[in-house]
Amino acid sequence: MPEVRWEWIADHAEEIQTRSLEHLILVSASTAIGVAIAIPIGIAVRGRRIPFAAATGITGLLYTIPSLAMFAFLLPIFGIGVTPAVVGLVLYSLLLLVRNTAVGLESVPEAVREASRGMGLTPRQVLLRVDLPLALPAIMAGIRLATVSAVGIATVAVLIGGGGLGVLIYSDGIQRALFFTPIVTGAVCATVMAIVLDLLLVGVERLLTPWARARAAVR
Amino acid sequence: MSSAGTLELRQVTKRYGREGPAAVADLSLTVPAGEVCVLIGPSGCGKTTALKMVNRLIEPTEGEILIEGHSVRERKPAELRREVGYVIQQVGLLPHLTVAGNVGTVPRLLGWEKTRIAARVRELLELIGLDPEEYAGRYPAQLSGGQQQRVGLARALAGDPPVMLMDEPFSAVDPITRERLQDDFLRLHRAVPKTVVFVSHDIDEAVKMADRIAVMRDGRLVQYARPAELLASPVDAFVADFVGADRALKSLSLTRLEEIRLLAPPVARSGEPLRAVRARIAEGLIEPIDGQVLVVDAEGRPLGWISLERLESEPAPQRPPGGAKPLLRPAMTLRDALSALIETNAAYGAVVDEKGRCIGVVGVAQIGAGVRQAAEGIPTHA
Repeated sequence: MPEVRWEWIADHAEEIQTRSLEHLILVSASTAIGVAIAIPIGIAVRGRRIPFAAATGITGLLYTIPSLAMFAFLLPIFGIGVTPAVVGLVLYSLLLLVRNTAVGLESVPEAVREASRGMGLTPRQVLLRVDLPLALPAIMAGIRLATVSAVGIATVAVLIGGGGLGVLIYSDGIQRALFFTPIVTGAVCATVMAIVLDLLLVGVERLLTPWARARAAVR
Repeated sequence: MSSAGTLELRQVTKRYGREGPAAVADLSLTVPAGEVCVLIGPSGCGKTTALKMVNRLIEPTEGEILIEGHSVRERKPAELRREVGYVIQQVGLLPHLTVAGNVGTVPRLLGWEKTRIAARVRELLELIGLDPEEYAGRYPAQLSGGQQQRVGLARALAGDPPVMLMDEPFSAVDPITRERLQDDFLRLHRAVPKTVVFVSHDIDEAVKMADRIAVMRDGRLVQYARPAELLASPVDAFVADFVGADRALKSLSLTRLEEIRLLAPPVARSGEPLRAVRARIAEGLIEPIDGQVLVVDAEGRPLGWISLERLESEPAPQRPPGGAKPLLRPAMTLRDALSALIETNAAYGAVVDEKGRCIGVVGVAQIGAGVRQAAEGIPTHA
């Protein structure tokens, strides 16, 4: 097993930092855009069998495209750089986000919705004050999965000039006769980033859903 | 602050699709302000559909529904519903809001000030018997089924609506909790009268809760009457069957001892000379019941029953060994009184006032007469 050369890491601290930041931007921008697109789709297809099947079918198909091929497909449309990278990551995130939003909305008990309508909440108020808050745990689960997988997939963005930790792994490592140190550095950074983001999102979810921890066993 | 409004359904019909049979057909019904109307009938009879047309969760195909003389169609559905309390079987509390948040939902929609909402929430929680300090901050998942339905009731009352709709509200809880919820509801209703439409499939519940019962079948109103009248004279075999063969027994719950004619108590004071008692019997001032007199203390409180023969053998009536069981209260229903008689294996029971003084005597025959009297339409409710 090749050995990690710590002095390389020390010499390239700044680059590691830059690439990590780029990576973080790729991941967070694409997840944010994905959420913005997926939640309305999830709302639109909720409880309607054919639209739901269509939405999950199409986003599922996107999800199965190998990442190398996906970025290659996007190249002629968006050129090289951050844009095609973000677009690709958004397309990958849609399946998890749309499906979890729709499933989360469908899991809202019918009695709760009926009582809400019966109390005089308008359809919009039912959506914003009842459906979405109650679907939040499922939506957050989708966001966590989408984020973690985006951290992994984003390492391929280097191939279309998207930057990120893929630069360490590919340009600094693989292309330099498998120079081991930057490959390990990129991989470790990505793993740590995935774990940290996941924990952050768990924290956000707990803050937003204090009721989910309330259990009957208080007394 | 309290209000109740008359609710009127005029020839209301609901048809799904053009051809199909009507879920509700030509239903006309008036619920006077402050009364409880129980809609009852077998499943699929249209009772829930009828209920949901009042707050426009279902729109009628034909006909008119009026609250305080105003058609519900004149109102936007959401605005209308804020003024019509709604309680459903599965409660449907918002799981992500606390008890206070749930109860305050309608006041928030109505745009009340925060302090007013908080005060109203407190008031309602106290009204339904949940300590605000302890329960206001809890989430629905932290409540028992009965507590959840109580909160559901408080939530429906929060905006002080003139009309309340209750769709089998107490069907999903155990029998003991159900009984308690019914009693609490009746207590609340006496304190804050609302016009209530209450859907039930349980005739006992209907008899207990209703001022009027509407029996429905296949979307049609079969009979609309006060409980006593419904039990006494069902219009047809269907209603008779529905109210049950034991309808005479059911009507026992409708009348209280204070509403029926009691027997004058044949009292003998403890320590009273025997000849004085005999003299009063001879003069017809007291009439022994089943050959017995009721021995009472100086205040008139029953001590026990004693037979005339036994009386002969004693210088003066003393405290009889058996005691004066059962002692009945005027507010007891005939059902409870009869039950007490059977339990104590007594033919007669003394009815006593709040100071324990005997005001009359009741036996099975008086209870039977009371039921028939109620059935003949003599007003039974004060």
